Amino acid sequence: MCLAIPHTLIAITGPKTAIGRAGTVEVEVRTDLIDTPAMGDHVLVHAGFAIERLLPDEAAEVEALWESIRAHSVTASHE
Amino acid sequence: MNDSAYNRVLTASRALKELADRPLKFMEVCGTHTVSIYRSGLRTLFPSNVSLVSGPGCPVCVTAQDEIDTVVRLAGMEKVAIATYGDMIRVPGSSLSLAQARALGASIHVVLSAAGALDLARRLPDMTVIFAGVGFETTAPATAAVVLEANRYGQDNFLVLNFHKTVPVVLETLAMDPALALDGFLLPGHVSTILGLSPYAPLAAEYGLACVVAGFEPEQIMAGLVLLALQNREGHFSVQSAYPQAVRPEGNKRAKALLEAVFEPADAKWRGLGLLPGSGLKFRPPYSHFDARIRLGLVDFPAPEPAGCRCGDVLTGRIHPSECPLFGCPCTPEEPVGPCMVSSEGSCAAVYRYGRSEFR
Ligand code: SF4
Repeated sequence: MCLAIPHTLIAITGPKTAIGRAGTVEVEVRTDLIDTPAMGDHVLVHAGFAIERLLPDEAAEVEALWESIRAHSVTASHE
Repeated sequence: MNDSAYNRVLTASRALKELADRPLKFMEVCGTHTVSIYRSGLRTLFPSNVSLVSGPGCPVCVTAQDEIDTVVRLAGMEKVAIATYGDMIRVPGSSLSLAQARALGASIHVVLSAAGALDLARRLPDMTVIFAGVGFETTAPATAAVVLEANRYGQDNFLVLNFHKTVPVVLETLAMDPALALDGFLLPGHVSTILGLSPYAPLAAEYGLACVVAGFEPEQIMAGLVLLALQNREGHFSVQSAYPQAVRPEGNKRAKALLEAVFEPADAKWRGLGLLPGSGLKFRPPYSHFDARIRLGLVDFPAPEPAGCRCGDVLTGRIHPSECPLFGCPCTPEEPVGPCMVSSEGSCAAVYRYGRSEFR
């Protein structure tokens, strides 16, 4: 039930509503829970509400995480 | 899975093997993690000294039996319509499930969002629409948002059965359980999107448990396990995020402010754990007229859990679903005995659908 699906906001339709697209599916999304929603925002949608903006997988934070994991994996593969 | 996800899972599984230098037992708190782990077969990549038990993170599963019975009872009342998330509908109550009550003529509507429940109240002005508010901190802000809206527009035929529960308190209860003897928690991704990291700090600081938030893709789960193993190897316990895509350390401030405005902490009853102080949410006084229990003067009648069902033990990591004598016969997703076999996030359903070969 805590499943949340990434959507792209393709239209802002009201102070608290937008249209979100995931693949070919377009749905109404409530935007109460995020600051200044804008067209093109990538958001996580849970039970009809956008709960956060998503950082892309290429973001520095994600890269840094995998860099540290790789460091331990390299030790393993050299053993 | 694309190439890079494949490589990441492989990289992480090597790192996990390197870092796990003693037997390690972690709990994946969230039901969505449980399903992803079984569906992907990720366990086959774990080193033999790393084990993972499922936790209480399936909101429908932890809803107490008397709470289920209360919704079913209300569904049978004149001029009442129930709005509920779909997962609740087939959970067996002591006498009926909501699905059976609907077949008998009760007005029961599956909604995808709390906003849909409020819409229903607008469309059915002659009915009292009662929204079964289940879910953790991920879901509760939506309930808070629609209650504010109902309040603003005076939508007095909209009520909420507040079954919302909060995660950090229940984890402290499990952290104290010597029988579980956990080495860490794989923390729920989307609950943490709202909460951020600090509410879990006592688990690391006071109980000496590794705590890592993870996303739901196989490589994200593996990344979380690597950080859990690393904290254990270094003997330094903290709350970390392996899900920076969706979790900011401070959480979602707007959502937290909404929760704070509408709800206050309350005791809540959990299947398998009983009444846990401060583990639920109740409406603050300005919104208590939306509380179905208060408006309708409801009392919960204590109800025994389904005979033989071990959901309580499954939800607290004490047994694996396959250890329940009813697992698979007679309890199946088609004919569920308990909620853990009904919900799409239930451990019993996840093991039945994807994981039986591992336990034959
Ligand atoms: S297998 Fe069925 S009866 Fe057993 S614990 Fe799971 S839901 Fe309950």
